[in-house]
Amino acid sequence: MDIIQSIEKEIKPVDRKIDFSVGDTVKVHYRIVEGNRERTQIFEGIVIAIDNKGLGKNVTVRKMSFDIGVERIFPIFSPRIAKFEVVRKGKARRAKLYFLRERTGKSAKLREKRGKSGKLGEISVPAEGAPAETSEQGTNPAE
Amino acid sequence: MTQFIQENGTVIPVTVCELGPCVVVQKKSVEKDGYSALKFGYADAKEKHLVKPIKDDLKKKNLPLKRIFTEVDVFDEALEVGSVVSCTIFAENDVVNVSGVSKGKGFAGVIKRYGFGGGRKTHGSNFHRAPGSIGACAYPSEVWRGKKMPGHYGDKRVTVKNLKVVKVFPERNIILISGAVPGTRNSIITVREK
Repeated sequence: MDIIQSIEKEIKPVDRKIDFSVGDTVKVHYRIVEGNRERTQIFEGIVIAIDNKGLGKNVTVRKMSFDIGVERIFPIFSPRIAKFEVVRKGKARRAKLYFLRERTGKSAKLREKRGKSGKLGEISVPAEGAPAETSEQGTNPAE
Repeated sequence: MTQFIQENGTVIPVTVCELGPCVVVQKKSVEKDGYSALKFGYADAKEKHLVKPIKDDLKKKNLPLKRIFTEVDVFDEALEVGSVVSCTIFAENDVVNVSGVSKGKGFAGVIKRYGFGGGRKTHGSNFHRAPGSIGACAYPSEVWRGKKMPGHYGDKRVTVKNLKVVKVFPERNIILISGAVPGTRNSIITVREK
C-alpha cells in the first residue's frame, strides 16, 4: 500500500462511512463549542457535491434560507460532526449538482427516489460525552 | 501531502516524510578533512548498483550497502561510524528546517522567477510580462551584473525553515511535517533541528 494511504488510515480521527449520495437531503449534526459548553447545530439541505480527497473528503450541502442560498462544506472525517442523518433520497443524474445554484423554488427540487433505493438509513458515530442540547437551526447567522 | 485532523476539528496540511534509518558512514574532522561533518548513508542498495570506491569503503567499515549519501555539518561525539540515526531524534512540536532540491520550472520569465509586477493586460497596453528596462543610458552603458532576468528556475537546493513536526511514527520511520517541503514526491530531503 502507498505510504500516504497507510498513514491516512492511521491518523483518521473518526471512521465514518456515508450512506447518502449526491441529491439526497441530509441533516448534518455539527458540534459547536462555546467556552466550555458544547451543543449541536443542525444544517439541513441537499448534498450537491461529494469530493473524494482522501482524508480531506468533504460534502457540500446547500439549502435555501429565507430565499438566500447557503452552502456549507463539511469535511466528513471531522470529529466536530456528530452525525449525518438522511432525510430524503433524491434522484440525480450527475455527480455535481451545481445547476441548482441558478434555480429557485419548484425547479430547484429533485425527484424523490422511491421503493428499495429510497429506503432511509442513518450512520452515526457514537458521541463521546453527551451533546448538551439540540438547537434547531436557531444560530445560523443567515437566519 | 495529506491532512492531519486535530481533535477539535482543525486541519493541518502535512507532508509524510520517511526519515532514515541512516547509518553514519564517515566522521570528518578538522585535523583530517579541514572541516567537521557527519556523512550519512540512506536506502539499501544491491551490490551491483554501487561503484567500487563506495562499495569497498562500506565493506571495509563493515557497513550495510547504501546508495544515498549526505553530509551534515553537525558533529556529535556520541555517534560512531556504524551507528544508526532514525526519525526518533525528532519529537512532536519540534521546529525543523528541511532542505531538498526544488521542482524544476524550466526557463521562466521574470514574473514567475522574481515576482516582477508586469504590465497591464488590457486598455491598449502593449507591455505584459516583459522585464522592462534593464539599464540606463551613457552611464553605466552596460547591464549591471546580477540583474534579474529570465532564465532557468527551480531544480535547485533550497531550505524551508521553521516547519513543525506534527507526528512521529517511530516504528515505521515516518514523521509528519506541517506544510510543504521542497521537491517532488519520493525526492530526497534532509531534515535538521532548527
